[in-house]
Amino acid sequence: MVNLKINGIPVSVPEGSTILQAAKLANVRIPTLCYLKDVQCVGSCRMCLVEATGARGLVAACVYPVSEGMEVRTNTPKVRKSRKTTVELLLSTHKKKCLSCVRSMNCELQKLALEYNAEEDRFGTDHDEKPIDDLSASVVRDNSKCVMCTRCVAACNRQTIGAIGPKHRGYAKVIGSPYDVSLAFTPCVNCGQCVVACPVGALYEKSAVADVWGAIVDPSKEVVFFTAPSVKATLGEAFGLPVGTNVEGKMVAAIKQLGDVKCFNMDVTADLTIMEEAHELLERIKTGGTLPMFTSCCPGWVKFAEHYYPELLPNISSCKSPQEMFSAVLKTWYCEKNGIKPENLYVVSVIPCTAKKFEITRDALKGYTDAALTTRELAKMIKEAGIDFANIPDAEFDTPFGEASGAGAIFGTTGGVMEAALRTAAYKLGGDGAPVEFTEVRGTKGVKEAEYTLGGKTVRVAVASGLDNARRLCERVKKGEKDYTFIEIMACPGGCINGGGQPYVHDEIRNSVDLKTVRAQALYDCDRENKYRCSHETPAVDMLYKEYFGAPLSHKSHELLHTSYEKREKY
Amino acid sequence: MSQNLFEGTAEQAQKLTDCINAHRGEAGALMPILHEAQSIYGYLPAEVQTVIAEELNIPLAEVYGVATFYSQFTLNPKGKHKISVCLGTACYVKGSDKILEAVEKELRIGCGECTPDRKFSIDSCRCVGACGLAPVMIVDDEVYGKLTPAEVTEILNGYISD
Repeated sequence: MVNLKINGIPVSVPEGSTILQAAKLANVRIPTLCYLKDVQCVGSCRMCLVEATGARGLVAACVYPVSEGMEVRTNTPKVRKSRKTTVELLLSTHKKKCLSCVRSMNCELQKLALEYNAEEDRFGTDHDEKPIDDLSASVVRDNSKCVMCTRCVAACNRQTIGAIGPKHRGYAKVIGSPYDVSLAFTPCVNCGQCVVACPVGALYEKSAVADVWGAIVDPSKEVVFFTAPSVKATLGEAFGLPVGTNVEGKMVAAIKQLGDVKCFNMDVTADLTIMEEAHELLERIKTGGTLPMFTSCCPGWVKFAEHYYPELLPNISSCKSPQEMFSAVLKTWYCEKNGIKPENLYVVSVIPCTAKKFEITRDALKGYTDAALTTRELAKMIKEAGIDFANIPDAEFDTPFGEASGAGAIFGTTGGVMEAALRTAAYKLGGDGAPVEFTEVRGTKGVKEAEYTLGGKTVRVAVASGLDNARRLCERVKKGEKDYTFIEIMACPGGCINGGGQPYVHDEIRNSVDLKTVRAQALYDCDRENKYRCSHETPAVDMLYKEYFGAPLSHKSHELLHTSYEKREKY
Repeated sequence: MSQNLFEGTAEQAQKLTDCINAHRGEAGALMPILHEAQSIYGYLPAEVQTVIAEELNIPLAEVYGVATFYSQFTLNPKGKHKISVCLGTACYVKGSDKILEAVEKELRIGCGECTPDRKFSIDSCRCVGACGLAPVMIVDDEVYGKLTPAEVTEILNGYISD
């Protein structure tokens, strides 16, 4: 252990710790901008400069290692002046359209400017108006707002995509994809990890808010919303509630106050997905089909495979994602049942994900989901509607798509789809008394492996979240190193609860709270307390099979609940 | 992508492959490979950068980032006749920016670019040590001094049939 003092407060930290880590233990706050835990640590923005004995000049706390007897000062006039100047220099080339910026009141630069009393125009305003890239179905880039922290680049590289990077030099330097090609024409998988990493308004989702408002007031449209499993665990953050608060009741109530709309629970079609997927897996095992089978509910992973592992496309389950299954059910069974013309039913999904915005534009899926809103966009609409979210009484999902199983709820976290599938597969093979908890596949570890005996059969499973881990697993499968049966992949580290469409969380919180674990816990609590634990128990799923699809993998379900994939070029 | 159509020969492609293989697995292989690629092709076309990215298993964005960071790398081909207009202090105060403008207008390409027929490419430079002749333009190895924008067309015409 190394002993040092920060602003006179003694702390001991393990050798190799940085000043920033030590300061956290001493409860001393050091501002950061380019630093983001698990994503980037390069010491380039100079916001975290501090005075330290034994060092020449000011040092960057995020990268500077502690040493025995070191005395660190974080709030001297010299330090404060340096931080103020750093912010002022950033502001000199920043497009300061703060009032109408997507990140206004939630911007890390704005916060730092206030904290350090920065003068907005001390060095004048010298920003070039840079073109906005909004051709991608998911992500918009406005480089006039970019502060060159490169957190987005680090997030993209961590996903092993590298669709963006710094280009050119000096004043001409910008962040973006090679040449002046839009992000839409790169191997970007639309995961949106760049968006949640961005401290300012340079990256945001392609908004569908205006379209949805338009549909709500259109008398010819019936509007139905459905919300993805993880949204209930994160929406509260946008209204100042603690990370990990389950706000399902408030969320439903708020959506119903947006206008004359219905609100359904996407956990139901997560259950439907499991019915199809578990049966597909058992079928593949029985008939000697392509194994291992990969899950298909994550559109980021699917596009990743199409770009980087086209040879593995036959391994990916043909099941549509829960979003697309829901929209298919709504535009067919629901319309027939209620005498609505499919073109008059406006289907809005609320998802934690930017890739789902791309998914609804895929050739094979076009026309089912009319709009996909991220958790952030829903929060924006709720605020715009003047709804008092914190005090709104709980409401329940509309029937018949309200009740779902706990298996559907845990779809929103890494390992959840696997566990849900295992529950149903175990039941199919073992009947009553089959296990319902498969805790080995839980947790935020990048790659998880387990082996189960179901109905006398050995099933080897693996779960990966984050595309770096997914790539590792794909390589193992390609080389035939391990004999897996079933593999779950989610593109975002930790799964949907950490998706690219989730509420912005400032670096200060991200650097100290394990978002993935805390948010996932809300879903596991939801599962534990649920009346139904398994997808096959969900009444609406049973009803859909009885009334419409017949059985899993029937002709009708193949037609409406399954899809296909295509090889994509990288450049 | 590059405005000029990429035309590479099989021989050039082979040289590039050899060069990549020679550096494969080395830490920091990208810089020497880009240098050699530029000496093989005369510039770094998008297609060549893509091959390098794929072969080294790194993102194209990284290759492009390095290629655009260092001024010794060029993304545009050089023409048969290389025009360089001096924008050094002496030439600049004598109006060499107007000379550059005239050249760009005449050839309908910008500074740093190459005509589609690969006949001419334009660059700017900083002081060629002929300040007494300012403003100065160099075509290949020929220095033209005390220029006026009006003289540009005639000088370039002398190279067109060449």
